[in-house]
Amino acid sequence: MARAKTYNTQGVVLKHMPLGEADRIITLYTPDRGKLRAVVKGARRTKSRKGGFVQPLSYVRASIVEGRSLDQVTETETVTSFRAVREDLGRMSTGLYLAELVDGFSADGAVNPAEFHLLVDALTVLESTDHSEQLARYFETRLLSVTGFGPELQRCVDCGIELEAGDHVFSCADGGLVGPECRTQSGNSLIHMSMNAIKVLRFFQRASFTQALELPLTEQLIGELRRVLRTYVTYVLDREPRSAEFMHLVASG
Amino acid sequence: MTTTDKYSLSDPVGKLVDEFHKLPGIGPKSAQRLAYYLIRMPEGEARELAEAILAVKQRIILCSTCSNITETDPCSVCDDLARDRTRICVVEEPLDVPALERTGAYNGLYHVLHGVISPMNGVGPDDLKIASLLDRLRGDEVVEIVLATNPNLEGEATSMYIQRLISPLGIKVTRPARGLPVGGDLEYADEVTLGRALEGREEF
Repeated sequence: MARAKTYNTQGVVLKHMPLGEADRIITLYTPDRGKLRAVVKGARRTKSRKGGFVQPLSYVRASIVEGRSLDQVTETETVTSFRAVREDLGRMSTGLYLAELVDGFSADGAVNPAEFHLLVDALTVLESTDHSEQLARYFETRLLSVTGFGPELQRCVDCGIELEAGDHVFSCADGGLVGPECRTQSGNSLIHMSMNAIKVLRFFQRASFTQALELPLTEQLIGELRRVLRTYVTYVLDREPRSAEFMHLVASG
Repeated sequence: MTTTDKYSLSDPVGKLVDEFHKLPGIGPKSAQRLAYYLIRMPEGEARELAEAILAVKQRIILCSTCSNITETDPCSVCDDLARDRTRICVVEEPLDVPALERTGAYNGLYHVLHGVISPMNGVGPDDLKIASLLDRLRGDEVVEIVLATNPNLEGEATSMYIQRLISPLGIKVTRPARGLPVGGDLEYADEVTLGRALEGREEF
């Protein structure tokens, strides 16, 4: 029998679920192997050597041995535990939402280092920011871009004409704004976007985390961005992100 | 494909194997072993087992106060006047109650949530017995809530959420200490556990 192959990788734990008596399956997002699933034996036991390391939202280094159906984690070590995220309800609920989006936007094995670094940067910033909601909107915008779903905000997605400053409508099916000429002919459902919301999204597309979070935004504008981005994200994922409801409940409560 | 197709067992045995296979942690081989063990078992014992299973389904209810599984309502803990009625320990599952009882270190009441907030699986606060917990805090009898959810992400989320609901009521909210397991090795402890253990160090 050939010896089982072991590989070392690092990644952020996106989620976990119980398996059998005391094991867990974790979903790990890595820069070099994309999204992968692996079993952590005994993770639910109090004295587990690994259970504490593989909690969702922690960034870990892991040795993994290839298995017949599922790989198995043999050793783990923390890179960053993002403890401040896990110990505050608002930050945690936002962090879980970000993790769910990364899970939803990546196929098993598809490698996308930019997406990985975006997640790590977001969790790092989330540890100390007071603007979780703004962070979530920026993250959605950037995630859409790095996964190839970045919305077209400069030109009409139908005729390609450069859009003039002002309110426009957004088409999820076309992945961008529709100009006034094409609006009436578009058979797809359209969402109204104010000029300010469009400007913020354009800015988010090229801004860094620091720049994006320094931008002063009104509650109303954040609300509008939430509606548009949530609708578009739901359209791309083909389902409502499940952790969004809890994030909203925590933020509003 | 059912086990009956696979192993071509006579029908009642195949059915029994299938039923065992549905239980948690029982694979096809274990299911077969259990079924053949039952075949050789004296009829009286088999009848007792069958009746015990039925009794669980027919007689076990949820306590209307603490939501623990019980045969009587209120359950034996809620009904025990010798227990400290000013403290309520909140746990995720009924099995957590005997675990805490075995410590002998707690003499208050319990409240079983029957689950845990798990945003990624779409399990929210409304799916748990949280409203009935808040109902129990209406009077001024309770002075302390012990949040004994599991020390993992979902457990923490649940505890933090409940803590937020209770804090306006002015009731003391505590949770079991996080630290090193007895018999474990320090070098294998993760940063969060070790960090919390150091923060909560006691004079020796």
